[in-house]
Amino acid sequence: MKDSRHTSLIAGAVITALFIAVAVLAQFWTPFDPRLLSIVDKLQAPNVHHWFGTDQLGRDVLSMIMLGAQTSVGVAALSVIIGVLVGVPLGLFAAARRGAIDELVMRGNDVIFAFPALLLAILMTAVFGPGAVNAIIAIGIFNIPVFARVTRAGALQLWTRDYALAARVAGKGPLRISWEHMLPNLVGLLVVQGTIQFSLGVIAEAGLSYVGLSAQPPTPSWGRMLNEAQTLTALAPYLALFPGFAVLLFVLGLNLLGEGLRRRAGRRS
Amino acid sequence: MTAPLLEIENLSVAIGAARIIKNLSLQVHAGEILGLVGASGSGKSMTALAVMQLLPEGAAMTGTVRLRGETLTGKTDAQMQPFRGRDVGMVFQEPMTALNPLMRIGDQVAETLRLHRAVSALEARHAAREALDLAGLSGEQGALDRFPYELSGGQRQRVAIAMAVVMSPSLLIADEPTTALDVITQAQVLLLLQELVRTRHMGLVLVTHDLAVIAQLSSRVAVMHQGEIVEQGATTALLRAPRHPYTAALLAAAALTPKRVARQVSSPAVLEACGIIRDYPRRRRSLWRAAAPLRAVDGVSLSVHAGETVGLVGESGSGKSSLLKVILALERSQTGQVRLLGEEFSNAAGNLHRLRRAIQAVFQDPYGSFDPKWTVERLIAEPFFLLSAPPQAAERRRRVAVVLEQVGLSATDAQRLPHEFSGGERQRIAIARALITEPAVIAFDEAVSALDVLLREQILELLAQLAERLNVAYLFVSHDLQVIRAIADRVYVMQRGRIVEEGPTESVFASPRHAYTQALIAATPKLPVN
Repeated sequence: MKDSRHTSLIAGAVITALFIAVAVLAQFWTPFDPRLLSIVDKLQAPNVHHWFGTDQLGRDVLSMIMLGAQTSVGVAALSVIIGVLVGVPLGLFAAARRGAIDELVMRGNDVIFAFPALLLAILMTAVFGPGAVNAIIAIGIFNIPVFARVTRAGALQLWTRDYALAARVAGKGPLRISWEHMLPNLVGLLVVQGTIQFSLGVIAEAGLSYVGLSAQPPTPSWGRMLNEAQTLTALAPYLALFPGFAVLLFVLGLNLLGEGLRRRAGRRS
Repeated sequence: MTAPLLEIENLSVAIGAARIIKNLSLQVHAGEILGLVGASGSGKSMTALAVMQLLPEGAAMTGTVRLRGETLTGKTDAQMQPFRGRDVGMVFQEPMTALNPLMRIGDQVAETLRLHRAVSALEARHAAREALDLAGLSGEQGALDRFPYELSGGQRQRVAIAMAVVMSPSLLIADEPTTALDVITQAQVLLLLQELVRTRHMGLVLVTHDLAVIAQLSSRVAVMHQGEIVEQGATTALLRAPRHPYTAALLAAAALTPKRVARQVSSPAVLEACGIIRDYPRRRRSLWRAAAPLRAVDGVSLSVHAGETVGLVGESGSGKSSLLKVILALERSQTGQVRLLGEEFSNAAGNLHRLRRAIQAVFQDPYGSFDPKWTVERLIAEPFFLLSAPPQAAERRRRVAVVLEQVGLSATDAQRLPHEFSGGERQRIAIARALITEPAVIAFDEAVSALDVLLREQILELLAQLAERLNVAYLFVSHDLQVIRAIADRVYVMQRGRIVEEGPTESVFASPRHAYTQALIAATPKLPVN
């Protein structure tokens, strides 16, 4: 029982660390240049030189997956950061002030919540053109209300504690108490939520790039690899297999990590 | 003598390496009330759970528990289920959490019945009605379709009792059933339990840390200390002449002798409240008309003089806490004024910081009072925020060390985290935090209510010493008359938002004038006088 908690935490952490390490590594080294077209080598099945095979233009799939991890981690991480930077202060502020301000912030959140990230991304593409930056912003905006809600709910509970009262007796204002007492005690909660949003971000990025709304060629991305592999499934099934498996494994790892962290936090408090 | 109803022989319970209960043996007969008394952590509740075979996971148990001659120990969970509820009923301490908030009270009472016997919905409702009537919740108050949130704490505890007795169990276990209730409600619930034992010929195990409750109710008492029964016997005899030193200590602590001679203080007032009215808005029920606000504090005036200890007593919901929030300038009153050191405090905008230094507070919950991530030094130094030039590094450390030693802790505790301290020690830390700005007044909101009798005694003694030494005034808010009597020089009695009586502590307690004060004093359980 105790072991299974540990296992999911460790397995999740290992898988997540692996993908992040690969993303960093890809910055400096990949087996082949993933942008290098080599028509003579096209559509090779996995072999000693090309572990994951090559695609219809002769690019090395392993190298593309590695750089794709970079896109995936980058977009998901930056969108979580946007969500945290905007959502957490909003949530703290709403919980500290209550009343009309609270109502305004939370109803504003509901409005954002009503738009799926995909819709927002299509909207932004229509205005600014497609690109990784727009995907980051779209997913980031989608993350804001999630963090705002989690923060507000956690902070409201902490406000009922006597130490919040004691800090007020010590003359501290609501914003200062939020910063000094609420935020440090919410870190555990936010880390768990951050991991979950990260995994949702990976899926969202894959979805957006699948429909061509995220990173543009020649930057590799898992979603676009899947899209391109679609027409060739009969001929070269491994082309869809590897990026699909990468998305699956990464998301699984993040979810295991999130679950493990959540249980650990739950046991302590 | 007939065979005992409940027989526990050589019961031992261990969780990991910790031995929670050691070789405990006791018996309860039908129609008898056995008081199981001890400080928190003595293993009382664990004994109650062991009888029900409801010990937490990981607990190892040896020994035998027999109910009417039938051995319960060694039975599987499935085999135990028929016994729970049918033969043994249980009432817990916290009436707020013991009921399912989403279930009507009639259904909750009927549920126990329907689990054990095939009855029609109508029959179950009838039985639930009867049980609720028996528990003193009849008529409109105890309507079967009410939800727990519509009931007061005392009414909820009555529902819990109705649930426990609906099957007419032969044994009832009540774990601190009145600790969360105020004195008047407590007296009613105790009377109800007594009635039930008498009319139904049940056996009752009453688990509590309050010797006065035991003295009033039980015929026999067993005293637990560190998992062992150190002494048991007939209540009156045992309380008159305790043989074990631990029993004597408990008894001395429960008697709550005054901590010092009450004084007549003629110093100037440091804190004055005049005509405080505090309304809380209520949810509107009609679109056209705002609901009449709830008046929590209704024109209260009081004063605290330099070095004086003033008690404010009243039952839960009497407006004590609301008044305290206004006095601490945490909330604004609709009308009225709070003056601190002769200056207006309640609406002081620029002065607020400077004045706050003169009033600090200690709250009830020793566990919720501290940010779990802060060190003791940082926690205690938090009110330094109020000083225009807060002391830095070495000076700050020195002053924290001074207050830590004043409250009986050591300077080396400063770098530890709150979870490393026990409840009593935490309350000392809270007092240290209140002392650090050298205030003229400290407000205590039920500051000893969460502590058991022995710790309560120690903290009250400490407070009396500090008041003497530092000449600091206290405003001591509590629902517990015994506590107020032990520490206050002067007392205010509050009922439904108003002060109904005030005067020097001894004269108020010796000859209360107002009917409410008289009722409060009459309802307080008393120890037999030697």
